[in-house]
Amino acid sequence: MSEIILTEDNFDKEVLQSDVPVLVDFWAPWCGPCRVQGPIIEELAKDMAGKPAKIGKLNVDEHNAISTKYDILSIPTLGIFKGGQMVEQFVGVQAKDKLQAALEKHA
Amino acid sequence: MSNASEVGNIYDTIIVGAGAAGLTAAIYASRRALKTLMVTVDIGGQAATTDEIENYPGVGLVTGTDLMTKFKDSAEKFGTQIVYAEVRKISKGVDADGKPLFTVTTNTQEFKGHAIILCFGLAHRHLGVPGEEQFGAKGVSYCATCDAPLFKGKPVMVVGGGNSAVDATLLLAKICPKVYLVHRREDFKAEAFLVDQLKQDHVELVLNTEIQEIKGDTRVRSVVVKKVANAQETREIEVAGVFVEVGFIVNAKLIEGLVDLDERKQIKISRDCETSEPGVFAAGDITTISYKQIIISAGEGATAALKAYEYLQKTRGFRGVNIDWGLAKKPTTIATEIGIDAKKNNFAF
Repeated sequence: MSEIILTEDNFDKEVLQSDVPVLVDFWAPWCGPCRVQGPIIEELAKDMAGKPAKIGKLNVDEHNAISTKYDILSIPTLGIFKGGQMVEQFVGVQAKDKLQAALEKHA
Repeated sequence: MSNASEVGNIYDTIIVGAGAAGLTAAIYASRRALKTLMVTVDIGGQAATTDEIENYPGVGLVTGTDLMTKFKDSAEKFGTQIVYAEVRKISKGVDADGKPLFTVTTNTQEFKGHAIILCFGLAHRHLGVPGEEQFGAKGVSYCATCDAPLFKGKPVMVVGGGNSAVDATLLLAKICPKVYLVHRREDFKAEAFLVDQLKQDHVELVLNTEIQEIKGDTRVRSVVVKKVANAQETREIEVAGVFVEVGFIVNAKLIEGLVDLDERKQIKISRDCETSEPGVFAAGDITTISYKQIIISAGEGATAALKAYEYLQKTRGFRGVNIDWGLAKKPTTIATEIGIDAKKNNFAF
């Protein structure tokens, strides 16, 4: 599984209407720690292939309507969405094992 | 990256933290052919959150992330393995020969190493005022370069008086209609050429003042400040964000009891980066060195790795790396050296 590039156009369908939990990486190109988090998310997406979960990235610079809606005021923020709601949120660079455990908990 | 098969493996050295000190230690340890593991939450530490670096020789103007990514690429090129996890515990034990063996525990894994190099730097100092924790990531930020653009077009506040506070103010002043810089004193610790740049109409210096409370609902809406000399003299300022830049502290929980610390909880080290515990070395901002600079941390990281290598040579009988100078080779002709058959090709040498 590779990560989904989320936009204002597909956020509803891919995240809010998803049957499985979705991990969303809110990031921006100017943010150093986000660039550290990026490869970790990519690896997580590979590890989670075939499991009931989705992983996506949302550039808050390009799609700030969504980041504003969820009051994303610090990045990187990693949000787990389930049933159309953000059910858990982590701020700052997160280790892969921690994110995987959180996703599995909500599966 | 880690996988299940690594669990229980013994490393020559385990480096905790991946800032300038840790990454340089990793480069030097790996180049000494030490089996090197780095356990870290992020890459680049404090340096990676620095917008522009101009005082690291030889690279010109560079972003902190770019410079630190180069450090990391070198470390990996020479064989360092990196595991992204938070270290929960470091404990000392002995191996079958009675020699020190350390265990580094993360949330899910356990690694063993003959030598440890502590390089996990400093953590942001918090203000310790009501509302700060509640609005963490909801308007309170400790990383201006990460979060400033999220407050574009909104009034914001910066707290502090050093270079990082002034840097944050100047960065925010480019994109925000109003920036308040709150500082406890009259004078700034920051360099003069930075302070001079604060003279802008939409930058208000709120001096001799400290934060009393951060207020809001789902996010920060205002900050109550008070005069240092008179706590009754308060003022409520409407802002959408508060950037806290009041220095750094050592997160000592992990190392208390393992190594000797000074009164500021920094790790006491010898000139060669040895701690009070044989087999445990330390480098960079977490130690008692006077200057917290990228180049100094890098140099200290190299020293720590070389000293760790010397320690392993003494305690484990490691030999120096065998360098193949080619002296053991049989004499060859130029033809065989460059891989052609002189006779067959009828070359005359």
